[in-house]
Amino acid sequence: MVKIGLEVHVHLNTLNTKLFCSCSSNYEDKEPNTNVCPVCLGLPGALPVVNERALTMAVMVATALHMEISHILSFSRKHYFYPDMSKNYQITQYDGPGSTAIAYNGWIEINGKKIRIRRINIEEDPAKSIYPTGSILTSKYTLLDYNRSGIGLLEIVTEPDLENPKEARQFMEVLRSILEHLDVTNFELEGAMRADCNVSVEGGERVEVKNVGSPKDAEAAIAYEIARQNAALRSGVKIRRETRHWDSIRKVTVPLRSKETEEDYRYFPDPDLPPYYIPHETIDKIIKSMPELPESRIDRLIKQYGLDEYQAQVLVYQKQLADFFEEAAKEYKQYKRLANVIINEVQRRLNEREIELKNSKLSTEHLIKVLAMEDNGSISVKTMKDLIPKIIDGIDPEQYVIQNNLLIITDVTALENVINSVISKNIEVVRKAKQDPKVVDFLVGMVMKEVKKRANPKQVYELIQSKLREIS
Amino acid sequence: MISEYIKCVTDEGIEECISRVYDRVTKLEPKLHAFITLVDKDTVINNAKQVRSRKLMGLPVAVKDNISTKGIRTTCGSRMLSEYVPVYDATVIERLASKGATILGKTNMDEFAMGSTTETSFFGPSRNPWDLTRVPGGSSGGSGVAIASKMVEIALGSDTGGSIRAPASFNGVYGLKPSYGTVSRYGLVAYANSLEQIGPMARNASDLKILFSIISGFDIKDATTVSFDKKDDVDIKLNGFRIGILKDIMDRSSPEVQNVMSSFIEKLSSEGALIEEVQLGYIDYILPAYYIIAMSEASSNLARFDGVRYGYGRYKEGTWIQTFSANRAEGFGSEVKKRILLGSFILSAGYYDEYYIKALKIRKLVKESVDNILKSHDVILSPTMPILPPKLGDVIDDPLKMYAMDLNTVVANLTGIPAVSVPVGFYQGLPVGAQFMGKYLNDFFLLNLVSEVEKITKMAELTPSI
Ligand SMILES: [Zn+2]
Repeated sequence: MVKIGLEVHVHLNTLNTKLFCSCSSNYEDKEPNTNVCPVCLGLPGALPVVNERALTMAVMVATALHMEISHILSFSRKHYFYPDMSKNYQITQYDGPGSTAIAYNGWIEINGKKIRIRRINIEEDPAKSIYPTGSILTSKYTLLDYNRSGIGLLEIVTEPDLENPKEARQFMEVLRSILEHLDVTNFELEGAMRADCNVSVEGGERVEVKNVGSPKDAEAAIAYEIARQNAALRSGVKIRRETRHWDSIRKVTVPLRSKETEEDYRYFPDPDLPPYYIPHETIDKIIKSMPELPESRIDRLIKQYGLDEYQAQVLVYQKQLADFFEEAAKEYKQYKRLANVIINEVQRRLNEREIELKNSKLSTEHLIKVLAMEDNGSISVKTMKDLIPKIIDGIDPEQYVIQNNLLIITDVTALENVINSVISKNIEVVRKAKQDPKVVDFLVGMVMKEVKKRANPKQVYELIQSKLREIS
Repeated sequence: MISEYIKCVTDEGIEECISRVYDRVTKLEPKLHAFITLVDKDTVINNAKQVRSRKLMGLPVAVKDNISTKGIRTTCGSRMLSEYVPVYDATVIERLASKGATILGKTNMDEFAMGSTTETSFFGPSRNPWDLTRVPGGSSGGSGVAIASKMVEIALGSDTGGSIRAPASFNGVYGLKPSYGTVSRYGLVAYANSLEQIGPMARNASDLKILFSIISGFDIKDATTVSFDKKDDVDIKLNGFRIGILKDIMDRSSPEVQNVMSSFIEKLSSEGALIEEVQLGYIDYILPAYYIIAMSEASSNLARFDGVRYGYGRYKEGTWIQTFSANRAEGFGSEVKKRILLGSFILSAGYYDEYYIKALKIRKLVKESVDNILKSHDVILSPTMPILPPKLGDVIDDPLKMYAMDLNTVVANLTGIPAVSVPVGFYQGLPVGAQFMGKYLNDFFLLNLVSEVEKITKMAELTPSI
């Protein structure tokens, strides 16, 4: 039996500031070590002051994950020396005397199964280490960029309830959707979501895999780890407690350090951040102001648009798709067809290009035009599908079909000309066609080929039939 | 007195007044070693001229060297920070500047404020101006010496367990450990965050109050500061004033100190004060509880000094563990290392509950005891220090003797209440200070009491002849 538990870290990068100072929470494209101040550099004498919006965010997440919320906001110091730590302790939340995590005991449902969540806590991110001459294991020296130091993180810790890599991936996707709906994290920003995956197989001890950056990587890293551990056990090697590093380029895990004993972090309540009592009214107010959550949105999509559950889930678990769908649905009323095209065609093409919907030039207006052209018979199904990548690039589909002669030929005279020409070249076939209706299909194919599939095959079939009758 | 300086500037101009200060500093500093860093004269004069229109008209002040000063080296008396120049000003420095004060220099102190004599300073000890063979108290010893010798009128110190009051007492000056949360700690290099406050030191009651008014008040950069009512018009009459004397603390003081205290108490009585002996209790547990909390917090606060971003970074080769260890091994002195080791031990799994949690319980009990006494008394009185200023070298090698000096003062840090040391007499030429502790946030009440006490002791502007 495989046991998988996740510790997911997400950046509270919509806080505007870092967790304990007024530096920006968005450090993308900034020169290294320019998004810093005495507090996040840990300069002597600097003091942290918590951005209280972090509390609002944590309460919303806790509510969405069905958790019990603590009524005290308190912080502890977790001590360990490490080069990326500006103070050599991390300000975090800890369950001990005088301090507590912000929420406990929740769950997320995946395929009808409840994955329990042990706790969530607010903490600060360390600086980013850069390894100029190799990897974390081989580089001769390390450079430190404190732009990230002090960014607010939400740590979400599950119980070891996940049983396979796919479930872990789904868990992270659902979680991501929840956080997106709550506008807690902007997942387009670098390093917005990271996970430590704890994996143990029957007969082995727990192994922690760090540096997993996406749901997809979580699936791959866990699958790799299960295979590695099982292979080791089969060849008689014991699996001991250790920490491994996910190499997302080589798609392997590599050993980082063994964990013979539990590290002693010497937690104690941070005297610079006095515990803050959170009144019931504050929590109630936050909960009342919460935006729609994925669960209820799925229900609503089913009811409002008549989608099936699968469609609603796929859309909602990638919030951008659901937002796009609902935007388009204001104009385009064949909802199930719209959902299908978004899920099957749009999503496939985006994945091929490895871009997010938000970053593409796709507009609902263009998609609706494409669907309308197919609906009124101006273009073929194939043309519709071929147009999706074009509109992803922002090309106007109506102009494109005209410029590239992709409109279906509906003019009877024009089609009859083509048919006459095909028939005159295939007298033998025409003769056979009179006896064998299947051969008619062959003629339809010939005509369709001639018009580059821009005709309606049904119309062509009927025109050929009447032509054949004429001939006899 | 601050007013003397103001008069000097009005009559003779900034350049003349500050030059006079420098003449005195140049003459006395080689004997006393009050400063770690002196700002050069021209800079101070220029800075003073720029703030001439403000209340203090460029008044030179001395600042303890654990308070962050932009552009002026801030060493904490340690080799670790011997070349560290901060990029930002502490809140108290900003507030002083806004009222027209100018920094003359950074004063000597025990390394990271860990000590009661200035002898743990990497830069060598300061000397007591009343007897150059004796210590000036610590850890804000340099600030005490600088004002006692009248190099400056006012100085900033910091007080974690008596570090303002000990040098105030040993130097014959005034020093206030404010209520916890009344003065911003933003920019104070932390030793023990839950205990310490920056506070004023001065040569008389009035200057002490002026300095406290300037530096105190809520600060958005320090989550432990509080908003409080700065009313300083409380009228205090010694007649009928209820004073509780800590009997168990008095009993542990040296006969010399008891002697001076007794005549002071008689003076108070003759003014009509109602004096009653009270027991604090927990007397054997106070110091252990204090040192457990202080060392635990210190071990955490001092973790950041690894020589990477700033500070003593002589070692750059090898793994990060080797580098950190080498920098810390050479950058810290032995008293600091001792407290980091003990603090780390106390916070480690299995010992945390046994030591740290128990210390917090004692802290709570002491607070209850103090609150209880203050229900029926206006203030609590005791000697500030249990002994006269010791000779250099006398206590530094005996940690228990050194820690025992803090017994009277740590109570106010454990409980967060304000405490002030006032000079009340001499014993064979050595000053003795008395400590008044008041109710939480009653700092101005206490400062007004000090003005009344000053009237009957006539002990203001005491200046030794050196
Ligand atoms: Zn910052």
